[in-house]
Amino acid sequence: MIAALRKEFLLQWRTRAQAVAIFVFGATSLLLFSFAIGPNAAALRQHAAGFLWLGLLLSSTLTLSESFHAEMENRALEGLLLLPVSPRVLYYGKALANTIQLVVLGIALVPVMVVLYDAGTTRIPTILLIIVLGSAGISAPGTLYSAMTSQARAKQTLLPLLLFPLIVPVLLASVKSTSLAILGDPMEQGRSWVALLIAFNGIYWSLCGLLFDRVVED
Amino acid sequence: MPMESLAIDASHLARRYGRRWGLVDVSFQLARGKVMMVAGRNGSGKTTLLKILSTAIRPDAGGALVGGFDVKTQREEIRQSTALLSHYSYLYESLSALENLEIVSRFIGGQPPPAVLERVGLFDRANDPVSTFSAGMRKRLSFARVLLQRPAIAFLDEPFGQLDPQGFVLVEEVVAELKRGGATVVIATHQVERLARIADVQLTLESGRVA
Repeated sequence: MIAALRKEFLLQWRTRAQAVAIFVFGATSLLLFSFAIGPNAAALRQHAAGFLWLGLLLSSTLTLSESFHAEMENRALEGLLLLPVSPRVLYYGKALANTIQLVVLGIALVPVMVVLYDAGTTRIPTILLIIVLGSAGISAPGTLYSAMTSQARAKQTLLPLLLFPLIVPVLLASVKSTSLAILGDPMEQGRSWVALLIAFNGIYWSLCGLLFDRVVED
Repeated sequence: MPMESLAIDASHLARRYGRRWGLVDVSFQLARGKVMMVAGRNGSGKTTLLKILSTAIRPDAGGALVGGFDVKTQREEIRQSTALLSHYSYLYESLSALENLEIVSRFIGGQPPPAVLERVGLFDRANDPVSTFSAGMRKRLSFARVLLQRPAIAFLDEPFGQLDPQGFVLVEEVVAELKRGGATVVIATHQVERLARIADVQLTLESGRVA
């Protein structure tokens, strides 16, 4: 597992310029969303969480579809599968690396959200927890679907088509819980949304790990 | 031949690509420690046979035991003791030669990568990214990847492809070394004359069938 993670981090480090480009894409998305609302400070603050997660979701399709690019270039993934390594180890290594990449991106986008939408909050640990759970919820099925679509000609279109309907519960729970963390949560509703995120992650991290070898093996 | 002395026991292997059969009813046995040359024209099924035996793909019919394990149901066990030199390099372009080998080494243990790089003549380029390598150098690095695995059964698909004359000699030496070490080697090649000296057995395929 550590070997799989080290491989992923090494590959990500070598393509770090791409991570910067994806951050710029996410930040630009947040800026464009603010234009859609107009100069209404209250409305901007109210929709800040939704825009943050839409920005992160759109950026995630870029990171996820790219995560299998290096694996397919010289059929490197096939080479790894022929080693005495469980495909599950390779899946969890990649899914975890994708999660970490999305968490870093999410954390980097929070200050952009605060500046653009005046959506400051003191509940930083809660926001962090939601970003970690939301990113993991996107990464688990996202990594599996990215493997499925990596050899398709229209992979950039196919991945969001498959992924977005599946992760509606993650998006909903992440937006609601982030929004409650920013705007206040007098009824303590945030916990139930976080519980939904934990349940989704539990199901999809187990299920996708089980299905990965059926996706990548002949 | 007694089962325990067999490295490979293939029985009626067949593989289909869409509606076309790439391999039809291929059966053979190969004893441990032998070198087998698989000859045949382009599209005769050599690569398909090696991919089935190395568990890269599954047969659509028939079966085979590799090292005593079933290619359909005991793939992980087979992968413990086999290595495939494929048409594909299996290399990461953005990583260096050493980093590519270190990835394999971390998964399986095996020989230290610098020693293997030295063996294939790439020690001086160990820290250069694979994207700067010529086709022949990539082939040498793929060869190093196979050596790193210390396979009991090695499948080499066109090992001479893209190599220079020194590379040809290297392949012959390595195959001889593997054989001396007790490994079984299956080589798909067009260089029949060159390998005739080393090979113990020859299997010729024609349109997916044993000729």
